[in-house]
Amino acid sequence: MTVQKTALTGNYAVAYAAKMARPHVIAAYPITPQTSIVEKLAEFVEKGELNARFVNVESEFAAMSVVYGAAMAGARAFTATSSHGLLYMYEAAWWTALSRAPVVMAVVTRTVGPPWNIHVEHNDILTLRDAGWIIAMAETVQETFDLTLQAFRIAESAALPMAVGVDGFVLSHSTEPVEMPPQEVVDKYLPPRRPDVPILFRPGKPVTFGNLPSDNRIHARHKIVTVYEAQQEAKKVIIKADEEYGKLVGRRYGGLVEWYRAEDAKHMVVCAGAWCSDAKHAVDSLRSRGVPVGLMRIRFIRPFPREEVAKLDQYETVVVYDRDITPVGGVLGLEVKAALSRARVVNIIAGIAGVDFDSRHFYETIQNAVEERYKELEFVV
Amino acid sequence: MSFRLDQLPKKKYVVPGNAACAGCGMMIGLKVLGMVLGEEAVLSIPASCASVVQGLAPKSGVAMPILNVPFASAAAVATGIAEAYRMLGVKGHAVVWAGDGGTADIGFATLSGAAERNSNIIYIMYDNEAYMNTGIQRSSSTPRGAWTATTPVGKRERKKDVALLMAMHGVPYAATASIAYPQDFYRKLKRASEIEGFKFIHLHVPCPPGWRYDPAKTVEIAKLAVETGAWILWEYDNGQLKLNPPSTIYVDKTKRKPLKEYLKLQGRFAHLTDDDIKILEEEIETKWQTVLALAKAFPQRL
Amino acid sequence: MLPLSIPAPASAGITGTWRTYKPVANLQKCIDCGLCWLYCPESVIDWEKGHKIQIDYMYCKGCGICADVCPVKAIDMMPEEGV
Repeated sequence: MTVQKTALTGNYAVAYAAKMARPHVIAAYPITPQTSIVEKLAEFVEKGELNARFVNVESEFAAMSVVYGAAMAGARAFTATSSHGLLYMYEAAWWTALSRAPVVMAVVTRTVGPPWNIHVEHNDILTLRDAGWIIAMAETVQETFDLTLQAFRIAESAALPMAVGVDGFVLSHSTEPVEMPPQEVVDKYLPPRRPDVPILFRPGKPVTFGNLPSDNRIHARHKIVTVYEAQQEAKKVIIKADEEYGKLVGRRYGGLVEWYRAEDAKHMVVCAGAWCSDAKHAVDSLRSRGVPVGLMRIRFIRPFPREEVAKLDQYETVVVYDRDITPVGGVLGLEVKAALSRARVVNIIAGIAGVDFDSRHFYETIQNAVEERYKELEFVV
Repeated sequence: MSFRLDQLPKKKYVVPGNAACAGCGMMIGLKVLGMVLGEEAVLSIPASCASVVQGLAPKSGVAMPILNVPFASAAAVATGIAEAYRMLGVKGHAVVWAGDGGTADIGFATLSGAAERNSNIIYIMYDNEAYMNTGIQRSSSTPRGAWTATTPVGKRERKKDVALLMAMHGVPYAATASIAYPQDFYRKLKRASEIEGFKFIHLHVPCPPGWRYDPAKTVEIAKLAVETGAWILWEYDNGQLKLNPPSTIYVDKTKRKPLKEYLKLQGRFAHLTDDDIKILEEEIETKWQTVLALAKAFPQRL
Repeated sequence: MLPLSIPAPASAGITGTWRTYKPVANLQKCIDCGLCWLYCPESVIDWEKGHKIQIDYMYCKGCGICADVCPVKAIDMMPEEGV
């Protein structure tokens, strides 16, 4: 009946939120640093605290295939993975998105090798950005809990799968205070799973999905609707989900992005994920030294918050931090820059391969960027 | 159970005008599947000939609910469907209809996983003995000596026996079947649908373009496979392995028709010498000994 | 939401145009056993016990299985005109 105040690791926050969402089917394969999510959920099911089918799959590819099948059959389905596990389920993940199956997946973000490396990086979850998944990144353990809960509502309303990013070890294994709403509130917040989203798949109802199209335009139109238009519609779903959560649970995050000390800023920092807390500390320190800097935390990488990002053009310098790397720079750096035409964008790639990057590093590098000591693309190791 | 042809359902689960090759053995199997489970099953179909015979959207050439799924995923997707149905209280069977490629090769991990978990699905591997959908490339289920586009001088390795591998997983039900014996296949489907857990049926399906024969002979060739002993009809039911008629006759190898009668109708074996055929016959006899030994080792239901 | 398919004939077109030989049934010889109906991979043979068979030539691909399995050879595969 009451709000439960406790302390949880990021992984346990995911597990408790997933439990409260009352999923029907859970299938996940263990991979560091996601393992304790899977173990906790198995425990809930075995103890009878969670009435769900927990499927002990033999791989991540099987995990995504199982939750895909369950979702297409009308069930609420959940999985979790990291890094190489996500890459192993990659084909199934694309298939899931283009089938509009409302699967919810926690991605405990971890470096991709070789060499083997279990520490934090964002490249893994970002590989989903073209596939049509909704992608969110949590900053705190509380937000991890809230996003995981909201994901079921968002995914089912938008009819798109959603991935919740939880920084590996940094968030997944850090213990922070968490407030969990009572189950009745969650039940009110999450509407019942409609069995006909995306299709009603039942014996005796002969319908087929996925056979070759007689005209490729059928497929092309389906892709435009699913990969592009549904993402734009999802923005409204996400904002509404955030608002309703605020009303029922008492916590709001502001939608697709979070603005921090931006009103009278001249320079803006852009980042996503747990290290935004460190960046905010640095912003506070710089502010106390008179540097007019603010921060935009990107909560949803997909759908890309283009309208909000475009507002960054009014600033002098936009310093975008990427905890990922691609052959053309950082993902966030590229996408933010593509939305701007006036502001000077500096893309800093840092903290990859799990290299520590804390508020002191943010403090130094924000200053360097603002004082024009960096090139457009800067690597900090 | 009586199997009177005139009492079988007349509803067309295979719809005329579909994209299957003329004389496709798989379609006979699909017809029987429809007769037994047409109103009670949903199909997961991975990349295979079965994906293509459905014809072009927005039409489907198979009148059952079908989810087309990624190549290696069918057993896992069907597991997800079965678990969802269980939670949602939906009555019905999650059935996989997959080829030998999607089962024995690329799909082997998900197959083994579902079998080991005893997931509640009926898995039917229709075996046309090569990757036919992509143009007749060899699979692990291609028999030794057969021509395929990737084994142009004849496959050097023996055929992987997926049904025996499934029995060795200790699943509740595993069986072989042939489209030449629809009554036997019908009975096995019915039996599988009565059991909770993982059920596997390995269906022998001749393929005119892949095996290189006159399409009229599909049923004849499937029959010869059994009559020469090359294909053995058996079932493993809750721990008991036994042979099924007419394979019970061919335990006695003198009763088997000469293997040549089966091979000579098929262009994919045209290059075999008499010595090659002798080796194949010996291998068939070894397989018989294995199956008979297993029947002896698993004499009764658990 | 999703492009779906419904069972319908001609999902691959008028497949009767594929054949070069067509099955012609001699209903006098036919013993009404139903084997051709059972084994036709195309569902183009309709059979009613007591009324023998009818073949749908719009979709029959001319594979010849019906002629091959008929125990009394009541079906002949005749070349299509123009072959």
